[in-house]
Order: sequence, then C-alpha cells, then structure tokens
Amino acid sequence: MSHATQAAKFVEDQDRAHWHDQALWFVRAKRDRMATSLPEWETLREKASQIKAYTMSHLADLLEQFERNATKLGVQVHWARNAAEHNEIVHNILFRHDVHKVAKSKSMLTEECHLNPYLERHGIEVVDTDLGERIVQLNNEPPSHIVLPAIHRKKEDVGEIFHRYLNTEEGATDPEYLAEAARAHLRDKFMNADAGITGVNFAIAETGGFVVCTNEGNADLGVSLPKLHIACMGIEKLIPRAADLGVFLRLLARSATGQPITTYSSHFHGPREGCELHIVLVDNGRSEILGSDDFRRSLNCIRCGACMNTCPVYRRSGGHSYQTTVPGPIGSILAPARDANAHNSLPYACSLCGSCTDVCPVKIDLHHQLLTWRREIAVRGLVPLSKRFPMRIAGVVFRRPWLYRWLGGLARAIVPWLPRFLVYNRLNAWGRQRELPNFPKKSFRQTFRDRNEQ
Amino acid sequence: MQVGLFIPCYIDQLYPQVGMATVRLLEKLDVTIEYPEEQTCCGQPMANTGLTEETAPLARKFFDIFEKYEYVVCPSGSCTAMVRHHYEEYLANVSGFDELKKKTFELCEFLTDVLKVDKIEGRFPHRVGLHQSCHGLRELRLASSSEVNGPSFNKARRLLESLDEIEFAELSRPDECCGFGGTFAVNEEAVSCMMGLDRIHDHEQAKTEVLTANDMSCLMHLQGLIRRNNKQIRVMHIAEILAGES
Repeated sequence: MSHATQAAKFVEDQDRAHWHDQALWFVRAKRDRMATSLPEWETLREKASQIKAYTMSHLADLLEQFERNATKLGVQVHWARNAAEHNEIVHNILFRHDVHKVAKSKSMLTEECHLNPYLERHGIEVVDTDLGERIVQLNNEPPSHIVLPAIHRKKEDVGEIFHRYLNTEEGATDPEYLAEAARAHLRDKFMNADAGITGVNFAIAETGGFVVCTNEGNADLGVSLPKLHIACMGIEKLIPRAADLGVFLRLLARSATGQPITTYSSHFHGPREGCELHIVLVDNGRSEILGSDDFRRSLNCIRCGACMNTCPVYRRSGGHSYQTTVPGPIGSILAPARDANAHNSLPYACSLCGSCTDVCPVKIDLHHQLLTWRREIAVRGLVPLSKRFPMRIAGVVFRRPWLYRWLGGLARAIVPWLPRFLVYNRLNAWGRQRELPNFPKKSFRQTFRDRNEQ
Repeated sequence: MQVGLFIPCYIDQLYPQVGMATVRLLEKLDVTIEYPEEQTCCGQPMANTGLTEETAPLARKFFDIFEKYEYVVCPSGSCTAMVRHHYEEYLANVSGFDELKKKTFELCEFLTDVLKVDKIEGRFPHRVGLHQSCHGLRELRLASSSEVNGPSFNKARRLLESLDEIEFAELSRPDECCGFGGTFAVNEEAVSCMMGLDRIHDHEQAKTEVLTANDMSCLMHLQGLIRRNNKQIRVMHIAEILAGES
C-alpha cells in the first residue's frame, strides 16, 4: 500500500494527527534552542560530515582496524553479510550459553533484521527495555520513530496497553504511575536476564571500544548482570578516532531530543572479568549504498531522528505510514535501496521542502537524495502510471509553445462555464478540499502583448 | 539593463496580474524587459516526478531562449531554483550554462542583490503574513532558515519593510512548508491539505490580513483552501504588493 494511502488514514483522525504533529514539533523546537545556544553548531555539523565522509571512504580499512583493536581487548568480533546471518550468529551465541531470557536495549539494527521474532521462534524471550520500545513490543507493533518508538501512542493508549499486559489500573493515564509500573516490570526482567543485547551508537576504530547512548540507563542495566553481552552494529556506525567522539556526542542528543547530551553515554572497552562481549558487524545492503555516488552520504546517518521531527509530512502521517523500519526522510532513502519496488512511493512522500537537509547534524542532503531516488525509480520503470501519464502529456504540451498556448486558452474559455460537478469530482484530487483558481480571460502573454501594442 | 522575463507557466495561464505586477515593478526601477514568447515551463513537475527524458528538452529549450539576456528574472523562487540548482544534469556540458545560472534571479533577490534596492516607494497599510516558500528559502537562501544557526536575514521581508505603514504578522512556525510541493499536492492530497490548513491556522492566529509569498504556487494551494473554507485572508503575490497594488 502506498505511503499516500496510509497517510490519508492517519490524517483522517484529525485530533490525533494534530497531536502527533505538535508533539514532534515540540521536540524540533527544543532542538532549535539547543542548536542556537552553541555558536559553533554549524562548525560541528561540518566537522561531523567530514569525519563521516572520511570514514566512508576508508571503511574497509577502518573496520579491520576496529576488529584488531576490539579483539585485543578480548571482544569476539563477528561479521554478518545480511539480516539472516546476523540473526543466526546472535542465536548461536545465545544457544551456546543456554540463554532463555534476553534484555535488549534499543537497536534499530535488530529491528531492521527482525531479530526479536527470530529469537522468539527459537524459544528465547526478548524483552525490549527502552520504555517506548517496551510499549510497542507489548502492543505487538513496530516502533514508529527511531528515537521515540511510541510517539504515536498517547498516555491513554499506554494506560490501556499496561492495563492489559502489566495489570495496572483500568483507565490510568498518569505518566508517573505508568512509568513506575514499567520500572517495576522491567526491573524484574533485568534481574532475570541471561544475556544483554545492545545496539551501538559509535564504534571507535582506533580503540576497538564502542559507545551506547540511552536516556534510561537501560543498556547498562541490561548488560551489567548477565555474563554475556552482544552488541549489534551496522558497519556505518564506525568513527576513526576517540577524539572524534566528542563531535558526535554533542550533536546527537541536541539533534534528537534537544538535550545537551544523552543521560547515559556508556563506553564499552572489552568484556568484564569472567564475562563475554561479542560484537556483530552487519552489512545488510550497506556496502551497496557505499558503492553509490548518489546515496553514499546517507550512510553518514547517526540515527538522531531530527529529520523525522522536522518533516512536515512525517509529523502528519505517522511513522507507520512508511511501512519500513526507519521511517521519515532518511528511511525514504534507505528503504528503496533495499527494495525499490516495494518502497517506490516513499521518495514521493515529500514536498521537497528541504527542512531535513538543514536540520541534519551530519549534513546529509536528504531532500536532494529523495529527488535522486525519484529519478532512479523512473529509470527502473517503477513509477506508477498515475504519476507518469499526466507528466508525459504535460511534456508533449510544454515542448510545443503553440499547443501550450492553445490548450491554455481553451481551458480558460471552458472551465469557468462548466457545472461544478464536472470540475469537482472524484478524479480531481486538487478540488477535494481546495478551490481551483479563478480562470482569467487572458493569459499573461496576451495581457503583456496587448499593453505593448497600445 | 536588459532583462529576459521568465514567467512560470501557471502564472502565465492563471495569474496574469502577477506577471503584470512584476513588469510594472521592474519598469519602475528602469529595467528594460523582454518577454520571449516561446517559453512554456521550466520542466520542474517532470523533474520532480523523476522523468528526466521529459525534462531534458525543456531545460535545453529554456537555455536556448534565455541564453542571450544580460539577466533572467522570475517571480518564483521554485522555478528559479530549478534553473540554478537542478538543470545541471541536463546542461552540465553546454557552454554558456554556468553563465546562465549566474544571471538567473528570483525577483526579490534581483532587486536586493543586483539592483541594490533599499527602499520601495509606496505604502501598504495592512498586516502582512509572509509565507517563506521552501525552494526560495532553502535552495536559493533568500532568507535564513530556522534550522540553521547563523545570521538572520530575509530579502523579501527587507523589501516589504521599506513600504510605509506595513505591519507584519509573526508566525509560530516561521518557515514551515505549506504542503503544495508540486505534484505532491495531488499525490499526497490528505497530508498536503492538512499542511496547508495548519499554515492558514497559524496565519489566523497571527492575525494576517494579507498573505503573501515569492511563489504563487504555494499561494494557489493556500488560496484554494482559504476559499473553500471561507476564511477572511486575502492572498497577494509579493510582486503585487511591491508594485503598489492595494
């Protein structure tokens, strides 16, 4: 189903769509306050963009450097070509350790690989320990945002979900009460977990260490008790040096939620004594994007979600309307790279306003890449007839000034006399909620010529 | 100074008064205008659909028509951005294209940057809501955008501010997209209209009397919504205000 169809469904509930828009605009406004409070903001963005450009042009070498240094720290490094290999590797490690219960902190990569259902099929319980992720997990739905996974759920919804699964009082909506219930529930899960799985925000080639950023401290809680920690990362999460980290940590939380820094930035440099630390490096289509001059820069993404918060379309259509793990502007670039046919409507789910490009902390030219994807989709013959046909006709007309003039005149002569039902009907998407302009008698060119001849 | 006037196709066909206001404004500033009649459309709707084969001949046609002028001026940020930023792949190796890019201007920036106009004579005793059309804002940088941390400036507003008795409505979201987006307006009709209605609501809250912008396309969409919903906001292209219409 196209994004437009899904979006129309979301918009139908006007109250909820407005609430969703305002909730995310609030985050965007917080981000603005943080960005303007740093005089060096634009320098940081430029620096981050350059570091990422360097990383992507040296990715193979840097990944090997990271593997060497991580191994020296006692980490076991695994390489996964795709989602299936990633899931298999993770399951094998868990199987070897006889793990039945896993506490997992937020990782979009494991969402992308659909790790949870895979492990559940193998009889392993996976609990998402990020509060937002836990809410959507209990409700059996995917996250709708990469930083705020349950942003589409109001506190009333959460109360209902918790009442159903955590036995909270019916009709409870007090955020504090609900958070307390989640805390008690998750404490129990942390205490009984046999292994912790985390994502990776930044992996440092120079040291072999990595950093996980959370606001709830759930990554630390999840990996501190069990003897096994598996960290799953996309290969683009690498940065060359420890000194680069500061640039990204300063940009990430400010861009994501308007905080100066995430509450917890946890550094992992090798396993604790008597414990095991595994890192799974996942490609899953990234090498292919790396090979593309047009789309390489999309790998710079640090998954802050700022492009979603600012996107006027995302805010009004909801994350689920994109039907992909990473929604919004960046998701509309990454998803077609994976399957252009299935996601051919996403690059068009965009008014090309360019706000995402200006907000992006690593300066990805998002809206230009979306435009480039439209061309790519056309080259592959995946533009639906409904979009292609009117443009073919327009092309024929615009190439012939006489035909353009004649048709323009004809329309201006006829349309004002047509009965309303002939102009405003099912076929006229413009006129469903909008009036057409008043058609003038004369075009500009006629008016201008008449004036000059007087 | 000889200027080739580039009038977007929808202004030519639907808003002749905007084209004429552009003419009057430029003539008042001693600019000699030529309007080449072979022009049709810059090809942006096709380009934004991804159809390069449909766009290429229109880009070439545009180049052939406008190459000879000292300046090319257009009362639309979006169509100007098409020429300056998106013709590259069709005309990259054509000699004279770099020059064409450098001499093609949106109307307001032509006034502020080329003619160095500081003051527009006249009065406009109304409360004006200035809509920042996205391509003018984030492609041509006609104003500073709210996302970027830097010096604040706004070429269109500077010109408007020089009119006597003008007042401005201050918006809660100063540069959010109106949702027109070309074919987006019909492809994503639901979101497009919600975006437009939200902009109008913001203008109502700010007590906008006259809604204006550098781009008639955004205004066509907003005006369509305003008229359907019987709102009391008047819509004028910025050229009309600067040319002294009341």
